[in-house]
Amino acid sequence: MSTSGAVKSVRTGEVGLTIVLIALGFAAIFITSRAYTEAFAFHTSLFALASFAGVVGIALRYQRREAETPLVIDGRPNYNFGPVKFLSLAALFWGLAGTSVGLYIALELAFPWLNFDTAFINFGRLRPLHTSAVIFAFGGNVLLGTSFYVVQRTCRARLAGDLAPWFVALGYNFFIVIAGTGYLLGITRSHEYAEPEWYAISFLVVVWVTYLLVFLGTVARRTEPHIYVANWFYLAFIVTIAVLVLGNNTELPVSVFSSKSYPVWSGVQDAMIQWWYGHNAVGFFLTAGFLAIMYYFVPKRAERPIYSYRLSIVHFWALIFLYIWAGPHHLHYTALPDWAQTLGMTFSIMLWMPSWGGMINGLMTLSGAWDKLRTDPVLRMMVVSVAFYGMATFEGPVMAIKAVNSLSHYTDWGIGHVHSGSLGWVAFVSFGALYCMIPWVFQRELYSKRLVEWHFWIATIGIVFYITAMWVAGIMQGLMWRAYTDQGYLEYSFIETVQAMHPMYVIRALGGAMFVSGIVIMIFNIYKTLASPATAPAAELGAAKLAPAE
Amino acid sequence: MSSTPTIRLPSHKIFETNSLILLIGIVVAIAIGGIVEIVPLFYLKNTIETVKGIRPYTPLELAGFNIYVREGCYLCHSQMIRPLRDEVERYGHYSLAAESMYDHPFQWGSKRNGPDLARIGGKYSDDWHRAHLNDPRSVAPASIMPGYPFLAQTPLDYSHIKENMIALSRVGVPYTKEDIDNAADDLRAQAGAKGGDALVKRYPKAIVRDLTAESDVTEADALIAYLQQLGTHVDFKLYDDAANIR
Repeated sequence: MSTSGAVKSVRTGEVGLTIVLIALGFAAIFITSRAYTEAFAFHTSLFALASFAGVVGIALRYQRREAETPLVIDGRPNYNFGPVKFLSLAALFWGLAGTSVGLYIALELAFPWLNFDTAFINFGRLRPLHTSAVIFAFGGNVLLGTSFYVVQRTCRARLAGDLAPWFVALGYNFFIVIAGTGYLLGITRSHEYAEPEWYAISFLVVVWVTYLLVFLGTVARRTEPHIYVANWFYLAFIVTIAVLVLGNNTELPVSVFSSKSYPVWSGVQDAMIQWWYGHNAVGFFLTAGFLAIMYYFVPKRAERPIYSYRLSIVHFWALIFLYIWAGPHHLHYTALPDWAQTLGMTFSIMLWMPSWGGMINGLMTLSGAWDKLRTDPVLRMMVVSVAFYGMATFEGPVMAIKAVNSLSHYTDWGIGHVHSGSLGWVAFVSFGALYCMIPWVFQRELYSKRLVEWHFWIATIGIVFYITAMWVAGIMQGLMWRAYTDQGYLEYSFIETVQAMHPMYVIRALGGAMFVSGIVIMIFNIYKTLASPATAPAAELGAAKLAPAE
Repeated sequence: MSSTPTIRLPSHKIFETNSLILLIGIVVAIAIGGIVEIVPLFYLKNTIETVKGIRPYTPLELAGFNIYVREGCYLCHSQMIRPLRDEVERYGHYSLAAESMYDHPFQWGSKRNGPDLARIGGKYSDDWHRAHLNDPRSVAPASIMPGYPFLAQTPLDYSHIKENMIALSRVGVPYTKEDIDNAADDLRAQAGAKGGDALVKRYPKAIVRDLTAESDVTEADALIAYLQQLGTHVDFKLYDDAANIR
């Protein structure tokens, strides 16, 4: 491997991974032959196919690759952007797929005949497909892609690992395929945002540990003295998600030949652990990870330093410490003991402060560069995302107050809240980052800023339709449930409160359709960008000047 | 890049220059809240009320529970009545933690596109449920629920019901060896075949149903058996709220 000549030899990692994949492939074939259900046999066959495809992939890559991969070329890091390119394009694909499924289930709620009386596309099976596809497939690919990009640039070092980054990128997307097809086939654990069954999660754990090692290995290689603030957030995201997934997936498979497992915990403990997981999937997947994106791409695009280094330290530690406590606000007035509910409420309110610390740090980074919002729709998208982040993280603590929650819980207000965070914050900051990063790594000029303007406005108006419809729907239904007549009887039957939702569900679907249209515009724009001739190494690549975290 | 002098927090340098120390700091920061909120739930005795009548699911109800999970029913139906006046009047006594102590996983839900189901058991007839699952709008014209006609057309696969019960017994559901050995018989018995007495002995208050007039036990039979026992285990005429104030 390290011979000075150009003799190509097989690397240890290539041999090792090939052996592991062959073993996994044969194990999968064996399980397929005895699987309890056809659905599980289908999944284990996919595992076998993917393993053997992986072996072929390693062989083909060996033929093409150079004998050695230098870490530095001409004094500059030899960055590894291959996995970044793959992940950013995968993110676009999943973004369109996930939001389209979301639009479809929104229409199912407005027009229930769209369920077509079939198993595969009924609301109960498509809804986890939507949530997983947008959070873990779209969001996950954005996080993996940007983290592999940002950690290299801010550490000024090539990504650690030879096959490992590709294993993470492809393995993660394979996990998504298994999880998503599983929902359609009725394979689910019924823990929201943690539906994939034991075998999918076991595979994910291997991928995720590899991801952590690649990230840490790259940080260890850094030529910058300090670890940049974005990387603190990425690290917190990677580590905490590992802890949460392991904690919430403590389960016993019925058999190695069965897709079914039973969680070790039940009832109230299971509920607490699920929402400890669930709320921190929001806190660490959808917040910490995307704050990392904000901390790199906003200052980079605005060409301004981060507003406050001290604020970034204080809000980083406060955010990760406080977030973990907030889970019980999903269980107000349930059979969870009151002391836990009170703790959850208290910490959720406190969480407002570090959340706004992040927002302030992001927005104020624009100091002296506010004029760019007029001319740069990509930057505007990211700045609006930070504003949505501030709005959603104010609304969240309000909804975590028990008195408010008694009205909002079980209603569409929760759905609206989630979408102001996920569409307004997560998706917008992702779009902004992808509009920056795809041209950088592919060395192209972005095809059209005008199309970004269209994307920005159509999506922003779509979000406004969506969340206002859900506010009205949620508050109205909550009030109808608790309305009494003068005689002291409940005023509305449940079905009357469902009927009242119909107009709002139609408006919500319209908002969703606008948001999906925005993604279609973006994909067209990116397609035209990639189809254009390559430019010389872009200016951004030459000047890797960031405000250091000090 | 910044030209203004920045204020340095000297103590933070150790985290910024050593990735493993940063990692340890993160793990410590995120461990505290989870430990404080979760661990006591396993040893504080008043977490789960002491109450009579809770029993594990019969094999048929368990099969129904698994179909409930598989179809994602929990995404639109909660099983958690809150102690609020309107909910108690609409749905019945507020839910106890004990009532879901054998639910692996819990089915409390988080959204009510449809009504709460925690006490749906016995409120409607089996025939109503069958018609409602086949075509919800045939009994509730304004319903937005998907139709599930395929459940009544699909024979229930209970070839591994024993293995399922063994797995559950390993995670704490008190199925006896006898329960497990008789699983398939009990399942058929509850759907209307012979052996109903033995079933009721093993699972007090289990209702033997007349579900399978014509052929095999179907998925709809199992799901209805599950729905019809929801919230019926505890006799709230005898239940003393004050005994479990916590």
